[in-house]
Amino acid sequence: MTMKTVLKKTNGLTDNPTHYCPGCTHGVIHRLVGEVLEEMDILEDTIGVASVGCSVLSYEYFNCDMTQAAHGRAPAVATGVKRVLPDRFVFTYQGDGDLASIGISEVIHAAARGEKITVIFVNNAIYGMTGGQMAPTTLIGQKTATTPFGRDESIQGSPIKVCEMLATLDGTAYIERVSAHDVPHIQKAKRAIRKAFEAQKKGLGFSMVEILSTCPTNWGLDPFESLEWVKDNMIPAYPLGVYKNKEGGK
Amino acid sequence: MGKVLMKGNEVIAEAAVQAGCNYFFGYPITPQSELVAYMARRLPEVGGLFLQAESEIAAINMVYGAAGTGVRVMTSSSSPGFSLKQEGISYLVGSELPAVVVNIVRGGPGLGNIQPAQSDYFQVTKGGGHGDYNIPVLAPASLQEIVELTSEAFDIADRYRTPVILMGDGMLGQMMEPVEFGERTQPELPEKNWATTGTRGDGQRRIITSLELNAEALETRNEALQKKFARIKENEVRYEIYQTGDADYIMVAFGTVARITMNAIHKARQQGLKVGLIRPISLWPFPEKPFIETRDRVKGYISVEMSAGQMVEDVRLAVNGHAEVDFYGRTGGVVPTQEEIYQKLLSVTGGITV
Repeated sequence: MTMKTVLKKTNGLTDNPTHYCPGCTHGVIHRLVGEVLEEMDILEDTIGVASVGCSVLSYEYFNCDMTQAAHGRAPAVATGVKRVLPDRFVFTYQGDGDLASIGISEVIHAAARGEKITVIFVNNAIYGMTGGQMAPTTLIGQKTATTPFGRDESIQGSPIKVCEMLATLDGTAYIERVSAHDVPHIQKAKRAIRKAFEAQKKGLGFSMVEILSTCPTNWGLDPFESLEWVKDNMIPAYPLGVYKNKEGGK
Repeated sequence: MGKVLMKGNEVIAEAAVQAGCNYFFGYPITPQSELVAYMARRLPEVGGLFLQAESEIAAINMVYGAAGTGVRVMTSSSSPGFSLKQEGISYLVGSELPAVVVNIVRGGPGLGNIQPAQSDYFQVTKGGGHGDYNIPVLAPASLQEIVELTSEAFDIADRYRTPVILMGDGMLGQMMEPVEFGERTQPELPEKNWATTGTRGDGQRRIITSLELNAEALETRNEALQKKFARIKENEVRYEIYQTGDADYIMVAFGTVARITMNAIHKARQQGLKVGLIRPISLWPFPEKPFIETRDRVKGYISVEMSAGQMVEDVRLAVNGHAEVDFYGRTGGVVPTQEEIYQKLLSVTGGITV
């Protein structure tokens, strides 16, 4: 009987075991990015920029050249790399605290300049690494370490919808929000990541994929409940879909 | 090329371009904005790239990204903006990336004013950002010296994989003098085989990071950094001495103030006062040798600064109690006059003692 390989580890990731908590979808999203880079055959021409937060060690996992950036500054670091090496692929991998809070200026201006980089934006509505504090993406009513009574719009304001905001800028080429909570959505997420890197390949401008993700540890839910929570609570607050496609179409 | 009349800020920019710096990321702030504007005009001529960032923070992080690819890259700012760059400078040190950062100092603290000052001395020589580190700091006193020190700053950066600070005051940035750009010979420098340019070159994956979660491992990295700082201290001290051989008193000053102090010394010498000058050119590493050589035979030193007394602390360390150390400083962007410095000299020395 001959064995047929139906699935194998992508060459887009190293053999290093990841540090992510059980039930967190960072691992899935890493794999999607790795698979896209491998399938597009651009791993050797790619420089990734790691952020600060849970994905701080992502430079250990992506099988390409990597640079570690300071809190929120990944889009500025990526700008420096891409402007020197315009024929390489440059991506950032950022969480919501990194991108939407301390680094909101860097991502807005990179998008406004039309930097030909791809931003992988993982939104789990909370600060993970620092221990579950409120993020700009924390939902109204959501309890976190720093919103122990639930996020109150009159005190902490309302969540930032990053895709909707960046899509208004002329420099953005491809903006899509996807989710990693079940298999069909994970497949959609991979297609979105591919489209974002293809937009970079064509030199169309700034591309970003926001991926709704889980944080079982800080949400205080088990992995399955976390996936349900994404579906039931996050997707209504953060509608999925293509927000910008310079080439047209959905 | 012959001599050309140029503004200090523009001299730094041109010298950088001639030193092979083809990438500049900056943000406007007075009194260094001409440097940014010059780069915007000049870099496209040499096939380079100028980009105006959205903030000083973004600019230094663009420098970080570009430096990681192995090119010569620069940013510039003035005091309040330089403070914002400290985060990125600490990361450049931690990740061992070469870059040149210019600080054309103005009066502070806070928004202060746009007049010349030297009150960022502590910030540039004592670390500035978080963590244990030192950065080579070069402080030219004339526009011609800027030409030389700017290219040396890039060489030092590449030799040690470190950011290097070029520090001037607002007067140096704004003044005009004739300068000559000669042919420069670049010394042999280490290959940048650490640069992240994609693995296509040799199939080797490279990572640039300052993160090290393991305490012992980070200590090991820090010890290696400290060894590097020691090497820089050993090899990159720069200073000028003037008439210290027979001097009873030695003035200590850097940058613009050193030139004014020199005039006060000329006047004092004409009056028979035996006064000399030590002019630190590298502020870090601070030149200890000329103090060690003179401290047992002079009556005292006078540090003259455009600050409330910052370099004077390094002077005291170098003198180490062997002689008196006095201080004269003006702050808030006030430039001390030759006469003020001369009067200070008289009051310290007790006047003519021939």
